[in-house]
Amino acid sequence: MSALGGTVNFLSRTDPRLKVLILVLWSFLLAFVQSRAAAWVGLVGSGVLYAFSGPQSLIKGLSRLLAINSFLIFIWLTLPFSFSTPGTEIYRLGWLALTQEGLDFSLILSLKALAITLGALAITSSSGVFELLAGAKGLGAPEKLVALCQLMTRYISVIGQQYARSRQAMRVRGFQPRTNLHTLRSYANLAGILLVRGLDRAERVRSAMLCRGYNGRFWAKTDFRLKFLDLGLAYLTLALGLWVTILDAA
Amino acid sequence: MTPPEILIKVTDLVFGYPGRPLVIDGLDFELGSDELVGLTGHNGCGKTTLLEIIMGLRKPQAGTVEILGKKCTEEKHFRPLRPKMGFVFQDANDQLFCPTVADDLAFGPLNLGASRQEADQVAQKVLDNLGLPDFGPRVTYDLSGGEKKLVALGTALALSPRLLILDEPTNFLDREAVARLEEILRQLQLPGVIVSHDVGFLDKMVKRRYWLEKGRLTAV
Ligand SMILES: Nc1ncnc2c1ncn2[C@@H]1O[C@H](COP(=O)(O)OP(=O)(O)OP(=O)(O)O)[C@@H](O)[C@H]1O
Ligand SMILES: [Mg+2]
Repeated sequence: MSALGGTVNFLSRTDPRLKVLILVLWSFLLAFVQSRAAAWVGLVGSGVLYAFSGPQSLIKGLSRLLAINSFLIFIWLTLPFSFSTPGTEIYRLGWLALTQEGLDFSLILSLKALAITLGALAITSSSGVFELLAGAKGLGAPEKLVALCQLMTRYISVIGQQYARSRQAMRVRGFQPRTNLHTLRSYANLAGILLVRGLDRAERVRSAMLCRGYNGRFWAKTDFRLKFLDLGLAYLTLALGLWVTILDAA
Repeated sequence: MTPPEILIKVTDLVFGYPGRPLVIDGLDFELGSDELVGLTGHNGCGKTTLLEIIMGLRKPQAGTVEILGKKCTEEKHFRPLRPKMGFVFQDANDQLFCPTVADDLAFGPLNLGASRQEADQVAQKVLDNLGLPDFGPRVTYDLSGGEKKLVALGTALALSPRLLILDEPTNFLDREAVARLEEILRQLQLPGVIVSHDVGFLDKMVKRRYWLEKGRLTAV
């Protein structure tokens, strides 16, 4: 089961260390892809991984994917027109020239971005943050870094709640954001109180840890064992990775 | 029966936050191993501060703190003694910092040198005692305020402490949960200090109550 209580599926039952490894290697591989065919296969591969991350609503997945990739709009608005090396011109509007090279480049970039985020989505949505962090630690990531990420994920919601509560408290007293000094000052106060409380809390959390015999060591579950299922996932991604590499080299 | 031992002894304690009037001003206090005492006082009178000094989390400007018969002046004196005093913070969010309830309960025992397996066993036993047997895999930030409070108590109990120091344990608890807490504390039979504004709860749990005002304690 994933740490966040998600559904049980193929990806969620595999070893978190393997998933972290796949996440890193797959993203790197895709980032270096140059050819259009390889980028397409990469996207398909990420789609396969995503399909294995269990029964998920397609619409939710798509909307998440598009939200993360909304910056692509700007690439499409600028890149196809802004190729400095004179390429094959397709269309000209005054001084704006649309080139084949520009279009190709934008397409590959978009495919890569979509493939990387979809792959990451598949891995992260099928396992809790803490599980992945434990996996990273199992792979030898520095203990302090893992502890830092762990505490951050734990307290981000607490800070979020505090922010929401402060906003509510402002609203029930008739606060309405306008473009004036009062609004600015109120927001500054809000930011300030969140910072101060965060610092305060960090101190108290440390105290609480000291009270329970904390001596600098952080404990996360790391007694993983590779299973048959993991082998399957490893082979699958290896095959996908090879396919992408070969296509890209050709 | 062995004669009661002095678990906590503070004398002539003085403490003030920088730039503010003294919060603790010449305070004396003693806790025997046969007593669970209550501590009350107005908001902001310094109850939490006093507990933090006893735990060695704040350094008093004057006075002495003796825990389990040992004089404590520095961090290194307090360090090994803290797990023996099960301290539960006023705000459970400060206490629960691990991803899951099971992880949090296992944290203390692991620090004390238990194996992962032993620690998990302790965690489960504590959860059973709290009447929350299947809370182990729950994510700590999803718990309700009352559930957090009970689990926070659990993290202290997982250390098998000699005494308990509870800062407003009944906050956020409904009547049923308070009843469960009373039952748990009664079964534990541990000595300690309970800070609470809930007079009904204190009357049931403790024989003696202290009132903190103007930096000193008076028995009520
Ligand atoms: N970190 C701090 N810095 C400065 N002043 C503080 C700090 N913590 C507490 N105080 C002040 O010290 C006094 C005692 O605070 P303390 O938290 O000990 O009170 P308390 O008796 O626990 O109150 P409550 O019943 O509200 O929990 C209060 O006046 C408070 O404003
Ligand atoms: Mg207090």
